[in-house]
Amino acid sequence: MYRYDEFDHAFVSSRVDQFRDQVERRLSGELAEDAFKPLRLMNGVYLQLHAYMLRVAIPYGTLSSRQMRMLAHIARKYDRGYGHFTTRQNIQYNWPRLSDTPDILDELASVEMHALQTSGNCIRNVTADHFAGAAADEVADPRPYAEILRQWSSVHPEFSFLPRKFKIAVTGAERDRAAIQVHDIGLHLKKDENGRIGFAVYVGGGQGRTPMIAKKIRDFLPEEDLLSYTTAIMRVYNLHGRRDNKYKARIKILVHETGAEELSRQVEVEFAALRDTELKLPEADIQAISTYFAPPALEPRAEGWESLARWKKTDPEFSRWVHQNVQPHKHPDYGMVTISLKPIGGIPGDATDAQMEAVADIAEEYAFDEIRVSHEQNLILPHVALADLEPIYRALVVAGLATANAGLITDIIACPGLDYCALANARSIPVAQEISTRFGAPERQAEIGELKIKISGCINACGHHHVGHIGLLGVEKKGAELYQITLGGSGDENTSIGEIIGRGFEPEKVTDAIETIVDTYLGLRNDQSETFLAAYRRVGPQPFKDALYGGSAQEAA
Amino acid sequence: MVNKVLTANRLSDGISVWLDASGNWVESLQQAFIARHAEAVTALEATGKLAFDDNKVVDANVVDVEEVNGTLRPLRMRERIRAEGPSIPYAAGYNGLAGPNFAA
Repeated sequence: MYRYDEFDHAFVSSRVDQFRDQVERRLSGELAEDAFKPLRLMNGVYLQLHAYMLRVAIPYGTLSSRQMRMLAHIARKYDRGYGHFTTRQNIQYNWPRLSDTPDILDELASVEMHALQTSGNCIRNVTADHFAGAAADEVADPRPYAEILRQWSSVHPEFSFLPRKFKIAVTGAERDRAAIQVHDIGLHLKKDENGRIGFAVYVGGGQGRTPMIAKKIRDFLPEEDLLSYTTAIMRVYNLHGRRDNKYKARIKILVHETGAEELSRQVEVEFAALRDTELKLPEADIQAISTYFAPPALEPRAEGWESLARWKKTDPEFSRWVHQNVQPHKHPDYGMVTISLKPIGGIPGDATDAQMEAVADIAEEYAFDEIRVSHEQNLILPHVALADLEPIYRALVVAGLATANAGLITDIIACPGLDYCALANARSIPVAQEISTRFGAPERQAEIGELKIKISGCINACGHHHVGHIGLLGVEKKGAELYQITLGGSGDENTSIGEIIGRGFEPEKVTDAIETIVDTYLGLRNDQSETFLAAYRRVGPQPFKDALYGGSAQEAA
Repeated sequence: MVNKVLTANRLSDGISVWLDASGNWVESLQQAFIARHAEAVTALEATGKLAFDDNKVVDANVVDVEEVNGTLRPLRMRERIRAEGPSIPYAAGYNGLAGPNFAA
């Protein structure tokens, strides 16, 4: 994985010193809140309902064991013994003292981590496929390009005060696991007919109050043009983005109002002026960065096939976990393991310090010291020999991390919601917990099959409800919580925005409504191989509306 | 008139606090000074602004409360959660709002 050079170390360390000085001046009263707020946000420090919140960047979701141990240490020493992994592959701490944040950032810097650009109207943490470098269907590892973008965008003077925040995602496979079509810029790594590496470029996707699917404005951009073309997009956005209205300031609105064709023309004009400048990526630089992401030397471990078959036969629980949480690796003797942070009835994305330590230990012993955070709020061990699955599973069971539900109905994405968030209108976590508990029986989950539920506690859509197969949006109506249900959303290579099914449901009725939807699906699917999403796309919303509202007048309310 | 209390987050650690009758910022809503008439509300608002300007607290707001069997209960759920903590047992030793005073 990427290692800081001298410049990186000096840069991050100077930012910690700068922030320490700013915090001291704030606490002494020398700096007023209005002056300090943008400074703390630039360093990932928010103010939430109960306390400050610190969002730490995990570039493209990749962590070493040493870094994970530091995250555990911070949870233990400065917080209440846990952290929350987010849909931008980052981690949030919910209870840090402002006065401790410089020390926290200092400790993070010691393991090459920081909290820069995790807030503010700048280019945020670049996300990537959590199976990068391991997936069998991958054309190339997206992380070197994400790292190049990270270096280029860090405190980029021209792009530090954009009209609004800006999110970039990169995938290296046809199967999109990075939700690139709901990002400001989505990059799909591919090869052209001559075998050259490049990108399909999508622009103007996003969720929030106005969900939009990105438009493809380039089918193939050669890799050497990555920064010049991205700069061209940023310049058009920086110039024409709607600074007059916060709710219309994202690039998706600019794309929508300008039209993809015209916007693409403007980008090409900028690009023509930029493509032969210093922004052109030298092959040697790409190679140098790519070296950091070279896959580990994976020795043949063919003995794993036989032992795995034997273990599965003797332990049905283990067999279920392998079936659900282990995906094929590009090396046939290995697998990619999803460590679920969605225990039945638990809080999606939360991990205790002890659990983080356990994952770090396991990764160090069995998984080449590499851990990923997925945008679905789980942890991943990308390179695991099949022969080592059994001891890993045993260790995960001890740590309470062996829930066999990756991709199933209880693998729910949920934002922190009104339990923590100052922007939220309704709670997300208790809703996720109740749904998880209701559907928690392994047999029932298996019968239902792949079904992604995503829950947001306000229209900002941090819980990605627009792209949930079933999406839940919490709103406040007459002082009480109400949950609006959308169906048919998806954040993969066939992205779709979910449709609102009808009037919302009170907290005590929402789990019943989900059950009605699930039962309706089970009753109308062609066979077990037809997923919820496929069935919904075939039959449309009406059967679900009928089941939920019985065709009553309430439906339209 | 709806009764009101003054709440904010402490500058140094961000923890939710309420103003008590002695002018101290305390961590319990139940000890908050209750403004029962317009003049008292105006005084609370002025106190909040002063404390903000003095860099003691941030995000100072006057919020609506009712008294239920001698217990203060904010009218908005947001404020009930601020007062009692997350509505879920979220970490070892912290049971959040599972206490008896919370009713969603």
